[in-house]
Amino acid sequence: MSSLYRNSLALLLAVAALSACEREERQSRGKPLGETVPASVSPDTIFPQTGKLPPLHPRAAAYERNASAIAEGQRLYSWMNCAGCHSHGGGGMGVALMDGKWRYGGRIDQIVASIAEGRPNGMPAWRDRLTEQQMWQIAAYVRTLSGQAPKDAVSARTDEMSGTPPATQTRREPTRPADSDQQ
Amino acid sequence: MNRRIAAVAIAGALLASCNGVQNVMGGDGAESANFIRLFTLFMVLCTIMYLIVVAALLAALWRRRRSGLTVDDRRHHQISPIVRPALIAWTALVVTGLTVLTVASFFIDRSNAATASKPAIHMTVTANQWWWDVEYNLPDVSKTLRTANEIHLPVNVPVHVTLKSNDVIHSFWIPNLAGKQDLIPGRLTDVLLLARKTGLYRGQCAEFCGVQHAQMALDVTVESKRDFERWYSAQLATAKPPATPLQRAGYRYFTTRECAACHNISGTPASGQVAPDLTHLASRRSIAAGALPMNKGNLYGWVADPQSQKPGNHMPTVGLEPNELHGLIAYLETLK
Repeated sequence: MSSLYRNSLALLLAVAALSACEREERQSRGKPLGETVPASVSPDTIFPQTGKLPPLHPRAAAYERNASAIAEGQRLYSWMNCAGCHSHGGGGMGVALMDGKWRYGGRIDQIVASIAEGRPNGMPAWRDRLTEQQMWQIAAYVRTLSGQAPKDAVSARTDEMSGTPPATQTRREPTRPADSDQQ
Repeated sequence: MNRRIAAVAIAGALLASCNGVQNVMGGDGAESANFIRLFTLFMVLCTIMYLIVVAALLAALWRRRRSGLTVDDRRHHQISPIVRPALIAWTALVVTGLTVLTVASFFIDRSNAATASKPAIHMTVTANQWWWDVEYNLPDVSKTLRTANEIHLPVNVPVHVTLKSNDVIHSFWIPNLAGKQDLIPGRLTDVLLLARKTGLYRGQCAEFCGVQHAQMALDVTVESKRDFERWYSAQLATAKPPATPLQRAGYRYFTTRECAACHNISGTPASGQVAPDLTHLASRRSIAAGALPMNKGNLYGWVADPQSQKPGNHMPTVGLEPNELHGLIAYLETLK
């Protein structure tokens, strides 16, 4: 076996291996199109600790670890003035989003439900103001505030002044109900 | 032979067509005209110098070679009497040429600065991925006008444009009128436009800013002062209320659903601030920052599925029902 033959074979193999690298899907249109209320966005989406959670919504996979969805969510978070109540995760008039404590559940589909339906004490319902794709994107970003998203998917740069380290260095908070520290 | 003549004719025709709406050699603005003057001077001077250098090179190549030297030859170190004056003349020519170019560019710079010293209109252009937010700032703040993706300029009036960016670095460029100027997030830059000829021009983002960089254009209209004032007062008016039942249905959808979260229509509850202002959408030449000409079909295509018209742009596909879509388009068409 000549060295030329061996080298070209190695090169071919390297190219083949590279082509197998998974490329992140970027769905600009947000499939499926025209879908109305998905299962997670129904009025009955609050699962107290005693209830049994349904399986994760199938659309979660498309948004949860997706860098472009998280980046779009970050943009929408500022455009829709989420910071007006929740600040940049620290909370204010609204609850904090960076402490890993979730009154209505910290799973992405539960956050989508909270955004869509609104919650007591001031959180408005965004169902008709945002498209579903946008709500999923915002939920994907909200999860990064408490370090729930993988570090290779989140943006290292925030657009606003921040007293906390960037999301790539945020410590992952364990998900727990909001009243867990009131013991 | 005939074919060669045809080729020359075609090349000439192609060159002649270089006077469109987006043309660096248009010279329709003060700065652009200055640029063309300077460009012509540089071109002529550099061509002359180039021809002299090439002529000297050819002369050196073709000069008859001297006969072989011998030890007894006492003349081989002598140079031709023409060399010394030629070198002096050459040096003088280079010094003169460079001086002329330097002084000329100095005067052109002064001329540009003189135009910039007394702007009559101030406006702010904010770049976004991938559209232009335009605001006219008159001393009377109640006459502040906000529009998007189009600017109108009165002819022979210097206009000062403050440039901002909301996301990444863009570049503001109307080739027919003036040079480029970058728009940098967190910083203010500015440019002065002094249009000398009425007409329709096209501005274009000149710094790569993302997937739809190529579809980030600006419709520029240079018109007489009276036309400009007429346009300005028409744009200041709020949107007319919808008249037909179909238009009313579109109005209701627009002001209560997804559209209003981002778009503003003056005189209605729709007051979103993160997407182009649509108060007089139907009076513009194009939609989606020059991506599509303004007409009913394109409006339908754009509102029904913006991601198929300009993939990656920040307007989401809403998933409208056909009757909602018909109503929306009927309403948007009234926004003259």
